Amino acid sequence: MESVEAVVAHIQALSGSHEEVADLHSLLKQSEGALRSRAARLGPFLHQLDPSAHTLGYLFLLEAYSSRPISRELDEKILPFIVGFINSCSAEQIRLAPEKFISVCKSLKDQVMQLQVPIRGITPLRTAIRKLQTSSEQLTTLHSDYLLLCLLAKFYKAGLSILDDDIFEVDQPRDHFLYCYYGGMINIGLKRFRKALGCLHNVVTAPMDALIVIAVEAYKKYILVSLILNGQVPPFPKYTSSTAQRNLKRHTQPYIDLADCYATGTFSELEACIQTNLEKFQSDSNVGLVKQVLSSLYKCNIQRLTQTYLTLSLQDIANASQLKTPNDAEMHVLQMIQDAEISASINQKDGMVSFHEDPEQYKICGMIEPIDSLIQRLMELSKKLSSLDEQISCDLAHLTRIGKERPRLD
Amino acid sequence: MQWLRYGYRIRRSNKLDRSREQKLRSQHPAILLGFREAILSWNSRRRVKTREETMDEGVVVGAPMGHEAMCSNGGAVDEPRRPPTSRAGKGAAGGELMDVEAYAALYTGRTKVARLLFIAERCGNEAMQLEALRMAHDEIKKAEDSHLHREVTAKIGGRLGPRYALDQSWADTVDRRADVRKEKLENELNGYKTNLIKESIRMGYNDLADFFYDHGQLGDALKNYVRTRDYCTTSKHLIHMCLSVILVSIELGQFMHVSNYASKAEQTPEQLDLVTHSKLRCAAGLAYLETKKYKLAARKFLETGPELGNNYTDMIAPQDVAIYGGLCALASFDRTELKNKVIDNINFRNFLELVPEVRELINDFYASRYASCLEYLEKLKPNLLLDIHLHDHVETLYTEIRHKAIIQYTHPFISVDLHMMAGAFKTNVAGLEKELKALITDNQIQLQARIDSHNKILYARHADQRNATFQRALQTGVEFERDVRAVLVRANLIKQESILKAAKKP
Repeated sequence: MESVEAVVAHIQALSGSHEEVADLHSLLKQSEGALRSRAARLGPFLHQLDPSAHTLGYLFLLEAYSSRPISRELDEKILPFIVGFINSCSAEQIRLAPEKFISVCKSLKDQVMQLQVPIRGITPLRTAIRKLQTSSEQLTTLHSDYLLLCLLAKFYKAGLSILDDDIFEVDQPRDHFLYCYYGGMINIGLKRFRKALGCLHNVVTAPMDALIVIAVEAYKKYILVSLILNGQVPPFPKYTSSTAQRNLKRHTQPYIDLADCYATGTFSELEACIQTNLEKFQSDSNVGLVKQVLSSLYKCNIQRLTQTYLTLSLQDIANASQLKTPNDAEMHVLQMIQDAEISASINQKDGMVSFHEDPEQYKICGMIEPIDSLIQRLMELSKKLSSLDEQISCDLAHLTRIGKERPRLD
Repeated sequence: MQWLRYGYRIRRSNKLDRSREQKLRSQHPAILLGFREAILSWNSRRRVKTREETMDEGVVVGAPMGHEAMCSNGGAVDEPRRPPTSRAGKGAAGGELMDVEAYAALYTGRTKVARLLFIAERCGNEAMQLEALRMAHDEIKKAEDSHLHREVTAKIGGRLGPRYALDQSWADTVDRRADVRKEKLENELNGYKTNLIKESIRMGYNDLADFFYDHGQLGDALKNYVRTRDYCTTSKHLIHMCLSVILVSIELGQFMHVSNYASKAEQTPEQLDLVTHSKLRCAAGLAYLETKKYKLAARKFLETGPELGNNYTDMIAPQDVAIYGGLCALASFDRTELKNKVIDNINFRNFLELVPEVRELINDFYASRYASCLEYLEKLKPNLLLDIHLHDHVETLYTEIRHKAIIQYTHPFISVDLHMMAGAFKTNVAGLEKELKALITDNQIQLQARIDSHNKILYARHADQRNATFQRALQTGVEFERDVRAVLVRANLIKQESILKAAKKP
């Protein structure tokens, strides 16, 4: 067993070129046990090493140091080490030992959570993610931790930059669930309901062998968000796993009742339904969303009215959407006009609202931009899709499977 | 896109604004209504006809009361509408009750009894009920069904005097006679079966089935009629069998059989005589009516030839053909078909003669006189509710006709004043608004319009194709993007999972 000093010496010596680093790596793996046993005393040695040059070695030492059970005063000391390390480490060396890096970051996250200052962990983790990712389309385990910290710190905008990257490569399917779930929650917090729906949809329809609790929670939020956005809950698409299709509905009964009540369209029934299930909503901490569902019922009714009427008195609007007074109706309509959900004008003298046709004429030059960019994006996506298709067709496992089935078909 | 713009211009020039119409209406009623005719028929691509022409085609020499009656019916008059001829008109007008005797005189056989019993059950009027039951009782006494006799006397309950009480002795005689005859027939049949002569076996089964039919055992009758099928040699036999099966099935209410056998009979290679043809068409139409396929039912009834005459009174009267055919056609045909198949149909005209209300009502609908059309419908309604085949379809047919009338009314105009429209449809503005709202939001009905609730005007709305196309294209693009991204992620997930699984295996 080598002593720590010897290890440190090796590190300092062998952190030059790639081959040396590879040697160092194997050495370090061998001396892992030694490092762990002497974890408590590793603190001063860390000062001798430079994080950017001796990243790999630093990483091993740090990991050993932070993996033992930590008490409170030591937290404070480790935190700056880790943060400094993350900020200055070199990306290629990290990728040689990704699990170690991930565990270091996880311990960072645990510590900030214990210290109840999640906001301190946000920037370091973001840097960590960028360094760990091979391409911006890759999902790492750190993504979900990062989003969790953003949620806890209520610092939603920070999560946006990570969320806006499209993810196509996933290392561990487990990461994907948490990532999409937290992503959905952040989008709900930012009121980007369409994106939230997309994230939650991914969780619900992901391939699942056994029922995952995250999927159940995600499905509950999915029902609520689709009620707010579209007024109805779409059925499961074909590609949902059978496990999900069979089991999700059983575990989310109160929400399904809510959706049925919503479909009938009467306000009082919906309120009654919410009251009966209030404790369940509270235990799932979905009460805020449920309240938003309630207020969206009015919007749904008013939007239906725009299809039928050209002008309508405020009194009639109030009657048709079960609001109490014409003033309430006016407030709602005003709000919707401001949010650009309907196009209308209120004539206060007569107490009339005139609904206009969608003013978008698709005639101005400004329309070309979005259409063009959409077409470009779609073309890229199609290319990706066809290359994926080719890959799978040439894949060995796939071909053997097809080959096995063919004699059965003949 | 020249043609598109051209067509758009034509459509625009054909629309009338309501205020202009009012001015014209006061000056030149005939011209204006002719104009409206032109617009309505432009879309059917026919030449323009004036109002007088269309009126003339509907009126036939035999019923001179048509024109005057229409004019006199402009107001809310409900005088009795008996035609001058002595033919029994089915269904009197307004508040007058149906003439049960005249109605029953149209039918013979078991259907007469069944209809009378139905009337007795459904009508609210005690006098009419007793009348119907009395006639049913008389009819039953002529026949040999003791079960029906018991039923009717139970329903009468002694209200008509001792003559209409349960005649046990008669019932017993009938039953005994029946037993004797049944044995005889069965023995004969067994004899024929041992002899293996096809024709006599067929006759034997037929006689047995007729016997069961007379005694009200319809299930057995049907069974035996169907058994004769194996022994039918000529197509005449086949047709006879089909007709009998149809008759029994109608009474049993098994309309699947009716349509099957009707089509079977029509497919015989031999040329059918016209009467049989008409009978089969009637039967098929009835089957479609009961299964709510109103368009097909209307077509079948309209194809029935006048040779039907009084040949099928043991199932349906020619007045019925007129009523069923007319109402179903109104509810389900579009304008061109209505014109071609009903108004211009010479054969069907003979049937319409028998029920002048239906003829008037169809003409009114075609000429856009909706108020009087709906009035006729209301007058006919109480009698139709007593009809054994039509009663549960009356509501549906009436709503359909009303909806069609509303849509047709609004079709030629860009804007319609709701007060005038309410007057034309004899309702108030609030009710009309509700109806219109239901029609607009219901996507099945193509009423493209919007209501201006402040000024109470209905504006037609024509979908802007260009905008709609843009919207759809963008929408599809966005959805495609979302779906493809999801697919890529999922594919990756599955790949990773399978790699993991493969790695786990030793």
